[in-house]
Amino acid sequence: MADAPLLSLRGVCKSFGGVQAVSSVTFDVHAGESVGLVGPNGAGKTTLFNCVCGQLRPEEGEIVFDGVPLDGLPTYKRARLGIGRTYQKVEVFTDMSVQDHLMVAERARRGQGRLWRDLLNLSKPTREETERVDAILELVGIAHLAGTSVNALGLGNCRLVEVARALATEPKILLADEPSSGLDLHETAELAGVLRTVQRERGTAVLLVEHDLAMVAEVVDRTVVMDLGAMLAEGTFDEVMADPAVRAAYLGEMGAV
Amino acid sequence: MEHFLDFALPGVPYGCTYALVAVCLVLTYQATGVFNFAFGAQAFASAFIFTWLTEYHGWSGWEAFLVSVVVFGPFLGWAFDRLLFRHIPNANSTAKMVCSLALLVGIPSLLPVVFGNQNLDATATIVPFFNPNVVYFTFLGTPVNGIYLSTISVTVVVLVLLTILLRYTTLGLQMRAAVESRRLVQLDGVNANGVVAIAWIVSSFMASLAGVLFAPNFGAFTSEDYVTLTVTAIAAAAWALLRSIPIAAAVAVFIGILTTLLQGYIPTTSFFYAAIIPSLPFLFLVGALVFLPKMRELDASRDPMATIDPPPPPIAATARAPQMDRIIRVLWWVLFAAFCVSMLTWMPDAWATVFNNGLTYSIVLLSITLITGMAGQLSLCQATLAGVGAFTAAQLANHLGLNLLVGGLVGAALAAAVAVVLALLSLRLKGLGLALMTLAAALLFDATFFNETSITGGPEGVSIQAKWLGTRAFFGFDGHAMFLLSLAVLVVAVVLVLLVRKGTVGRNLAAMRGSETATAGLGVNPSWQRIIVFALSGAIAGVGGLLHSLEQQVVSPTDWNADISLVLVVLVVTTSVTTVEGAIQAGIGFFVTEQVLTTVLPARIGASSLTVALFAFGALTYASHPEGVLEYQKRRSTARFERLFFSRGRGSPAGAEELPQAAMSTSNANG
Repeated sequence: MADAPLLSLRGVCKSFGGVQAVSSVTFDVHAGESVGLVGPNGAGKTTLFNCVCGQLRPEEGEIVFDGVPLDGLPTYKRARLGIGRTYQKVEVFTDMSVQDHLMVAERARRGQGRLWRDLLNLSKPTREETERVDAILELVGIAHLAGTSVNALGLGNCRLVEVARALATEPKILLADEPSSGLDLHETAELAGVLRTVQRERGTAVLLVEHDLAMVAEVVDRTVVMDLGAMLAEGTFDEVMADPAVRAAYLGEMGAV
Repeated sequence: MEHFLDFALPGVPYGCTYALVAVCLVLTYQATGVFNFAFGAQAFASAFIFTWLTEYHGWSGWEAFLVSVVVFGPFLGWAFDRLLFRHIPNANSTAKMVCSLALLVGIPSLLPVVFGNQNLDATATIVPFFNPNVVYFTFLGTPVNGIYLSTISVTVVVLVLLTILLRYTTLGLQMRAAVESRRLVQLDGVNANGVVAIAWIVSSFMASLAGVLFAPNFGAFTSEDYVTLTVTAIAAAAWALLRSIPIAAAVAVFIGILTTLLQGYIPTTSFFYAAIIPSLPFLFLVGALVFLPKMRELDASRDPMATIDPPPPPIAATARAPQMDRIIRVLWWVLFAAFCVSMLTWMPDAWATVFNNGLTYSIVLLSITLITGMAGQLSLCQATLAGVGAFTAAQLANHLGLNLLVGGLVGAALAAAVAVVLALLSLRLKGLGLALMTLAAALLFDATFFNETSITGGPEGVSIQAKWLGTRAFFGFDGHAMFLLSLAVLVVAVVLVLLVRKGTVGRNLAAMRGSETATAGLGVNPSWQRIIVFALSGAIAGVGGLLHSLEQQVVSPTDWNADISLVLVVLVVTTSVTTVEGAIQAGIGFFVTEQVLTTVLPARIGASSLTVALFAFGALTYASHPEGVLEYQKRRSTARFERLFFSRGRGSPAGAEELPQAAMSTSNANG
């Protein structure tokens, strides 16, 4: 872990009107590492994700990914650097099949979006592309849904589609925003297994925002706790959970006693 | 500055009527989420009925006012809500816009069908409160007549009452809450449908009032005069971010005053007089769209209960059984072959012209399939792009002697360039914002380039000469060259659209319809995708425009103005905007329907107006059936046929209504 961090946040601040959503947040994520980002509702976790992905611009601070400062880069260029993401509120492509979701990601990864290729009909999925897509669907456990429209899927499967779609871009880091939200215990356990596999077998770093602390404990190597926009603690899961300030943030003053 | 008041004061009555309609737009948008383009048409309809009653039937001003404003206006608003918008509260913004555009196109087309063509002249009786011919007093030396007094006093009273209603009454609070979600408000025990109906009734009454007050400013008036009213009101509402009634009213009055000030100060012979004054509302509108960042957020889905809506049905072609698919394909080829043989052998010239018109229109309509069907955005300037292609080719042939068809390629390139500029200007806009930007562009072209005689040849247009083509083969159906050329270009355009739809760009556009945020998060550049589709759409429209004008043997600005852009959208939406056959069916269907109606109906009933009205009312079903009425019927009949002959049970893909309901939550599920 002594090498340069893959994702480095230094003093990142973001406010909305008078509300300081993210206040001087500083932490690193190294390549292949799994980091949990936890905190109560309104802690600023999703806002921080949006700052990293380019959907929001921080007012202060610096975000560097793989040695590249992200200031001013649009979302799609950050994605091409290797930042994959899933969303707190599911963002799927209505009307498209699961396989097509991954095909969009696959083509984006390879930078193949040229009109002339479409016009020469060179944009038909190749065997290589289909095999790659199938492998990811297999990894995530939804290969049997490949041809199904997402309109016909439940929330749990839609979350898995999001994970698979993000993995199809071969990200260096996967930002997973409350991926277990709305899932039952069995589905949550399956998803945790997928994230662990992705980190261990593919070497993809994972930054996990999650309210299910059991899942966080199972998946992450290190945990960052935020509250009211600011960083509260950082360390292993057990260390931060033992921190009185963290217990106070989660459970109120009584919990800290 | 000595004439300042002389110039400014005449702008106040205009500004007041603009303000009334601008406030209607804000009120309806705030209470129902519908941006009702049709208020201008409603205003015209009330003025039409008022004048018809007073001029042709001898009614007094008060009687006509009661019927046309107090009864007809609110009734129209109630009918819009009860028969149309109440059933589509959760449709996406594009669907709601299409419905209001259909009303905008349909109402003025229907009036001459119902009442016959009338020469409307707003006489003194049109203002029931004050006599327009009497100067009641002078204000700092400027005479104030009955038009000024009636318009200003009525506007002030109405705006004050409306502000009290919205700010200080429970009904106003419920109206503001209902816009988020009718269903959510109903869970709190509020009769949301009743609240929204009142919003429609109030706003429609105000639109009717504006229409009746507006007419005397012109004397003789047509529906064209109400375009300025509509666009200025839209610009004012945009500067108010569709939220603030006082700002909308103030901006509207400001535009009215600025217009007459400029008319006073700029010499009438100056280029700026002709170029800037008619363009003022459009410039205001573009300014709001470019400089107000919040205009980009207008389309955010707001209904928290949208997740309980069922998913949209698939198009018939993707849902039918393989056996059925084979049968339909064979039938299509047989029909196509029969059509070609007929066109080349026995088809009478009159009908051949109808089909050629249909084929060339289909090419222009395919450009809408690209933008609306594939990219999910509404462009209201496709006729303008077609006109750019046609006029460019005509002028290159006229002045440089370039063959018209070669010039058509240059015209297509120029139309594509115009489309790219529009795409660049509206990169961050979507839905309503993009529709307004393209509408502003269309109206701007109408007021400037298409109004310039050296470019368009004036109202009569530019006659296309055989020497520009090097042959007379394309004229008078001689040698069937026009049919073969139109068909060949249409086939190329269809193949292009299909290839794009099946390729990476099409897949990216489909993804963007679902979630632009997530698409960008995968590394796709949404701006680039949009530029590509705009450019291609512009080029196709440009080529189609030239071919249609070639068939007409004249390129006229009235063939390609903003009104036609709206009609084009209505046509293709009625059949199917998501399929290429939808564009072809719309193009041919429009001219065939017009020809049939012309043959069977008496001349008193304008067949052309009735055809547009029929398609417009067909387009009203877009929100319920975004796949198009024709596509919907195809899906139903396919399912029925399959159940009868292939034993496919309910719940099969063809029985598309039975698709399982999605349990997921998406940010803009209807895209």
